[in-house]
Amino acid sequence: MNLQKKTFPWHIVVFLAPAVIIYSLFSALPLLDTLRLGFYTSNDAGVHSFVGLDNYRTILFDSDWSKAFWNAMLNNVKFFAIHMLLQNPIGLLLATLFSLKGLRGARTYRTLIFLPTLLSVVIIGFIWQLILSPLWGVGEGLMNHVGLGDYFAPWLGQESTALLTLGLVSVWQYVGIPMMLIYAALLAVPEEVLEAAYAEGASSFRIFWQIKLPLILPTLGLVTILTFVANFNAFDLIYSVKGALAGPNYSTDILGTFFYRTFFGYQAQIGSPTMGAAVATLMFLVILLGVASYFYFVQRKLTRYEL
Amino acid sequence: MNSISSLPAEQSATVAGRGRLRTNLGRIWVHVVLCTYAVIALFPIALILINSIKSRDAIFDNPLAFPTPESFSLIGFEKVLHNTNFMLYFGNSLVVTLGSLVLIVLFGAMAGWALSEYKFRGNRLMALYLALGIMIPIRLGTVSILQLVVSLNLINTRSALILVYTAQGLPLAVMILSEFIRQIPKELKDAARCDGVGEFKIFFQIILPLIRPAIATVAVFTMIPAWNDLWFPLILAPSDETKTVTLGVQQFIGQYVTDWNSVLASLSLAVIPILILYVIFSRQLIRGLTSGAVK
Repeated sequence: MNLQKKTFPWHIVVFLAPAVIIYSLFSALPLLDTLRLGFYTSNDAGVHSFVGLDNYRTILFDSDWSKAFWNAMLNNVKFFAIHMLLQNPIGLLLATLFSLKGLRGARTYRTLIFLPTLLSVVIIGFIWQLILSPLWGVGEGLMNHVGLGDYFAPWLGQESTALLTLGLVSVWQYVGIPMMLIYAALLAVPEEVLEAAYAEGASSFRIFWQIKLPLILPTLGLVTILTFVANFNAFDLIYSVKGALAGPNYSTDILGTFFYRTFFGYQAQIGSPTMGAAVATLMFLVILLGVASYFYFVQRKLTRYEL
Repeated sequence: MNSISSLPAEQSATVAGRGRLRTNLGRIWVHVVLCTYAVIALFPIALILINSIKSRDAIFDNPLAFPTPESFSLIGFEKVLHNTNFMLYFGNSLVVTLGSLVLIVLFGAMAGWALSEYKFRGNRLMALYLALGIMIPIRLGTVSILQLVVSLNLINTRSALILVYTAQGLPLAVMILSEFIRQIPKELKDAARCDGVGEFKIFFQIILPLIRPAIATVAVFTMIPAWNDLWFPLILAPSDETKTVTLGVQQFIGQYVTDWNSVLASLSLAVIPILILYVIFSRQLIRGLTSGAVK
């Protein structure tokens, strides 16, 4: 070992190089380059010229663009809110139930409920499209069965309900992720603490609220930021169900579909890589803001609770 | 996995004494809630699988019924497998997913080993640099990735997808694997070094076999997003020869939307590999998640 230290450690370079090169070339550098491209514009010949903040001025202040951008942003916030209000609480509830001691079939439930998470969003989107379509009538038929048939409506086709419906489909699919992360955290709660609480006669509810919940707060923080990043980067579900136009009348448009249209164009509008880069940069800033506030406020505050 | 012991339950029963009936009732409610949710989770998938093996009339007349000998039909599968490029798309998905998987595991383990085993200047900085990719979606760099792929003459190739998915999967893989490599006892490596075994041999012959469980975890975590991705196949490899299943299904269903047998069959064909994979790897997946590999 001492002999090796004096020569240049080539082996370290060889071990690190493949990963670092591929990661840099296809992930880190393209990201930086995209941030750079946001400051350029390209003409018909594809020649880039520097325009400073013009692209951002257009997106944020040009009446057509800013309307579309803020609509997508607002829809994205709603999409995130649906996940925070439903997906994560349901995940918490399910995980809490699984982790009850001596529950029979816990592993089976866990396995079954996690399954939709693994399927492609494209498939999920189509399955729900079929179920909710008035044409096939599975959804309507089921609602008739329980006497709610009159309330059935083509939810995916109405401006007022399309985004909520897609949000619910996404919640349905991804509830397994918070469920599993929270479950793992609940397993890590020290046995002695719980036993002591039981011995003192504390009820299951009290144990949950006063012991388990505070101990898994860091995981809830992690779940929140993962949900945030995933939601503000979402694209597949909206695209596969509603297409690049995110209809009806852009009511399901989120940043991912807005980015895609800006980059590749649609109908009369010609796609622009540089404008696309500017949109990607704005998305990057939103995600960065979320991740940074998670690290600075949530995680730093929460580590105190960790044992 | 065996952590579910009956000990605390017995204890609480004796401590609580009269609370026994309440506990049993509570258990029933727990099962009711979990069963209901499991049905909600599985119903849409089961619906597709059941109807994909029914005749067209039966799909419409009674979508909720199981196939009977009269309504059973494989016409959808026949049409999809004979008249379309479905098998080609399948092959493409397989090549892309397995290709990126091999690269992620190999390069991820090598980098994880380097970062956890050797002390060198910039070690922590390098670890941080690689870890950034866990939180920041690679999709945001698409504009430049497309330009790069075009300039490398890799557009409409499966290699382009493999490289992008490798870049996407490496950060998490490096993190999980280096964490795991750290737990390998020092004596093993030191003994080998005393015998004059080279660093590469130590890695490939001692370390790699030892980290097999972690590799399985990484495999599951990287395979699924690669298999399911729509964005990059749509942008980097949309040609008919390089389409993946996900993209194929997405475009295929648009064209054949009135042919319900084919639509349901193609959805089923796209679901089944993941179902099989899940059956094989579900233990590994859950172990990976619950052992804190992704914290």
